[in-house]
Amino acid sequence: MSKETSLYLKDFTRGILKENPVFVALLGMCPLLGVTGFIVNGFGMGMAAMAVLVASSLVVSLLRNYIPPQVRIPCFIAIIATFVTVIDMVLQAFQPVLYEALGVFVPLIVANCVILGRLEAFSSKKPVARSFFDAVGAGIGFTLALVLLAAVREIVGHGTILGPDPESAIHLFGPNFEPMALFALPPGAFIALGLLLAVVNMLMKRFNI
Amino acid sequence: METLLSIVFIYIFVDNFVLHRFFGVCPFLGVSRKMDTAIGMSMAVIFVMAMATLVTWLLYTYVLVPFNLSYLQIVTFILVIASLVQLVEIVLRKISPTLYQGLGIFLPLITTNCAVMAVALLAVRQEFSLVESVVFAIAAAIGFSLALVIMAGIRERLELAKMPDVLQGSAVTLITAGILSMAFLGFKGMLSL
Repeated sequence: MSKETSLYLKDFTRGILKENPVFVALLGMCPLLGVTGFIVNGFGMGMAAMAVLVASSLVVSLLRNYIPPQVRIPCFIAIIATFVTVIDMVLQAFQPVLYEALGVFVPLIVANCVILGRLEAFSSKKPVARSFFDAVGAGIGFTLALVLLAAVREIVGHGTILGPDPESAIHLFGPNFEPMALFALPPGAFIALGLLLAVVNMLMKRFNI
Repeated sequence: METLLSIVFIYIFVDNFVLHRFFGVCPFLGVSRKMDTAIGMSMAVIFVMAMATLVTWLLYTYVLVPFNLSYLQIVTFILVIASLVQLVEIVLRKISPTLYQGLGIFLPLITTNCAVMAVALLAVRQEFSLVESVVFAIAAAIGFSLALVIMAGIRERLELAKMPDVLQGSAVTLITAGILSMAFLGFKGMLSL
């Protein structure tokens, strides 16, 4: 493997496990807790955030020598807000059900600290190709966390996967299963994430990640 | 008057911004370690949220809607909030250095606080009037502060508790927040708009 490829691979994998934006850095909590009632919503949110992250990180990296350092944060925010507006319109037009389910959390991607964090720490200093891999990696890491938490909450709280649409929903435990409704409610989101974090901490310690 | 009172009650207790709507969870976890920082952050949030909602509501109703520019909502709102925070910081430093020392370090943090953005967006989406919007913003901010201050009180004691290694830090904080949220669930359905 050439030196360059291994550098890209490192940028890419860093955000997925070692510096996972959720499990390690504890960023992006609001959408994480807010939309993870169902796996479908969690995955959609992850994809939307990843699209914004990758696009804005490319632009910031391209403009990194032209943005004056004193006003970099407002510049980053303006760039992010532009792409969030695009995603907002795309979702509204092509995925109305998902758009409805995510609600106000779609425009709130603009205040997602995962994105601003990556722009500030990486894309504003590094070349375009590396920023791209870093953004994709962080996006996948964020999506992974969303899907994991959503899977726990949907399986325990509703007893299904691929809900809430009754046509695609698969009931895992048969008709007599009584779901633990707490996990579908707000307190369950906090508790499930807390337990998930404890499990991740334990695994990381065990395997020395 | 009745609507205003119910907005206040709903957004402090029934539909608490942090514990039930998940807006502003990052600062909620980040600055709830000590009581004084929690109170400082609360004051800054109440101030900024009220100001931001006032400005964004006026801008939306009198500029964006008449000129058919409402698709620029996200860009304008976040830029207004970011510059407002800067402005408040500068003004505060000049007018009241003591207050600035108390709130100063919290102000930059507020830009990434999604609760501020959420309150501005929701005020417009729910078609509140100007007065209702500002009352809504203040109530939501008080709800945020209430959750933050309760959490800080719990966490100061939690420091001394013995627990398994893996739970220490954020994991146990989140579980505590879950139990707190469960307590607030008791208000569910008491009032609605």
